[in-house]
Amino acid sequence: MHTLDFKKLSLREINKTLQGSDNNSSFTIKNPKGSHALAAGINKKIDVKVLGSVGYYCAGMNKKSSIKIEGSAGPGLGENMMSGNIHVTGDVSQYAGASGHGGNILVEGNASSRCGISMKGIDIVIKGNVGHMSAFMAQKGTLVIFGDAGHALGDSIYEANIYIAGKVSSLGADCVEKKMTKKHIINLKNILSNANLTDDNLGRFKRFGSSRSLYNFKVDNAKI
Amino acid sequence: MKKKSVTHPRTSYTFDAYTNSEIRRAAETGIYDIRGGGSKRNLPNFDDLLFLGASISRYPLEGYRESCNTKVTLGDRFSSNPLNLEIPITIAGMSFGALSAQAKEALGRGASSVGTSTTTGDGGMTKEERGHSKQLVYQLLPSRYGMNPDDLRKADAIEIVVGQGAKPGGGGMLLGQKINDRVAEMRTLPKGIDQRSPCRHPDWTGPDDMEIKILELREITGWRVPIFVKVAGSRPYYDVALAAKSGADVVVVDGMQGGTAATQEVFIENVGIPTLACVRPAVKALQELGLHRKVQLIISGGIRNGADVAKALALGADAVSIGSAALIALGDNDPRYQKDYEKLGTTAGAFDDWHEGLDPAGITTQDKKLSKRLDPKLGGRRLANYLNVMTMEAQTIARACGKNDLRNLEPEDLCALTVESAAMAGVPLAGTNWIPGA
Repeated sequence: MHTLDFKKLSLREINKTLQGSDNNSSFTIKNPKGSHALAAGINKKIDVKVLGSVGYYCAGMNKKSSIKIEGSAGPGLGENMMSGNIHVTGDVSQYAGASGHGGNILVEGNASSRCGISMKGIDIVIKGNVGHMSAFMAQKGTLVIFGDAGHALGDSIYEANIYIAGKVSSLGADCVEKKMTKKHIINLKNILSNANLTDDNLGRFKRFGSSRSLYNFKVDNAKI
Repeated sequence: MKKKSVTHPRTSYTFDAYTNSEIRRAAETGIYDIRGGGSKRNLPNFDDLLFLGASISRYPLEGYRESCNTKVTLGDRFSSNPLNLEIPITIAGMSFGALSAQAKEALGRGASSVGTSTTTGDGGMTKEERGHSKQLVYQLLPSRYGMNPDDLRKADAIEIVVGQGAKPGGGGMLLGQKINDRVAEMRTLPKGIDQRSPCRHPDWTGPDDMEIKILELREITGWRVPIFVKVAGSRPYYDVALAAKSGADVVVVDGMQGGTAATQEVFIENVGIPTLACVRPAVKALQELGLHRKVQLIISGGIRNGADVAKALALGADAVSIGSAALIALGDNDPRYQKDYEKLGTTAGAFDDWHEGLDPAGITTQDKKLSKRLDPKLGGRRLANYLNVMTMEAQTIARACGKNDLRNLEPEDLCALTVESAAMAGVPLAGTNWIPGA
């Protein structure tokens, strides 16, 4: 286990160390003090534990690595992530997992607006609530919400899935409730399992996705 | 009996034939017109400027014998590996999807052979274009279709696209006809559906966010490659200042003659400002920040020949970028396909339904048969020839103005033919020392 301390090292030095490390290394990062772009662009199978809250784009474009943030995260957590996983013990700001292609994000607290915007295959699990416009234009992957969702959930959604246990303030354009089949219960169980979670009452989750009515341009769609 | 005089039938200037046809089309279909390309209006443009040339008070260089530098370095503000280009003419971002794989390959071949760069587009980087482009700029677009950190690290520069001159404030749409299996896979969407490209980025909004986004991209690429920011020509003074303040190495300003793969006609013709009007405000913003020539400025939108290149540089740009002109060099709208254009209800020179994927020249299509009409090697050669001609034309003008470097051209070398262009370019009306608004 290596310790990297922001009191002694710059962002560039810390990221360079993480990006250039050997697979299976472990790091603890101290005193992040809301630093931006921390642990961005890692392409190694390493474990990173951050002791404290981080700023924008933590673990941006992450590939393979496993990152735990013991605190909260600013906007764009794990944006465009390709694989690996991120675990946040606190809350996350806007655009968590934006355009993520793969891997998974677990947030123990709440997520602000546009969580999972434009997601392209990532799985995101939010133990609390999510803000408005979450899963906006979500293309692929899954957003699991244990709490409630703000307005316009899943607006203009494509082939992504949303599972939610709480209330939905309103649905966005083209997003509809869909049947929760046995297949989907298994899918949800697997996603939770990948995030090291279990839940005995998956039956309370509802599923939402695209009605696919906006998939091809029609003049009546333009009036929405 | 004397024949009664009749007046000649008078058509309306307001309701001309094109306007009437568009009203009828709208009434029939209920859909606004979507097309590719840039503005077709008669806008103030670089043709409205003239070079003064040397005379008794200025000393010319020998046209063919004395050297005139064309090289330019882009992005040496913060990056350790800036782009070193042989000519100040780059190829603008055009996506695989909007263009055929053959067209992308031809652009790469042509640009690389004369030592300049090409740019990806919405939908990501293809193996072919990386392979055929020695210097490739990777675009970060709002859709993030095909965005991949591995490709990001393979790029020679990154261009954050905030806007396009054809549609400032607008997104894009690639109609389902052009979404084949490969395009669909690259964009993580089902085949055959219309793919909407959002008008703003998913993970940042204003300039303060963009500054942090640039920091993230630099951290991911180890501060190695330059970061470009591309803005549409709308408020160039403020946008360029904000892009530079956000940490861009290079700012690209795209005027309203700049093309798009597809958007609404009403958008193309009514939003944004002409390229000519973009240059001086952009330069002024950089000068006031003490960053002119430190943050390089690329101007695009309707650049056609060496005179346009020379004029853009004389007004203070470091380089230009071409898109539509490069496609024409490859064969877009070539009269040899006239019969095919007629079948599509148009004519060579006017074809702009690039979004429908039926391009007779095999450029803006994913149709296998049509795509084969473009030989990438021949297309690359044609583009290289065209880029060489533009460069030589620009050098000819620069030497005539006594400049041994294209970037030594200056506003003082220019005059304007109209009051409007004099005001926009900030140069005197020809034969006077009057600069309107100065």
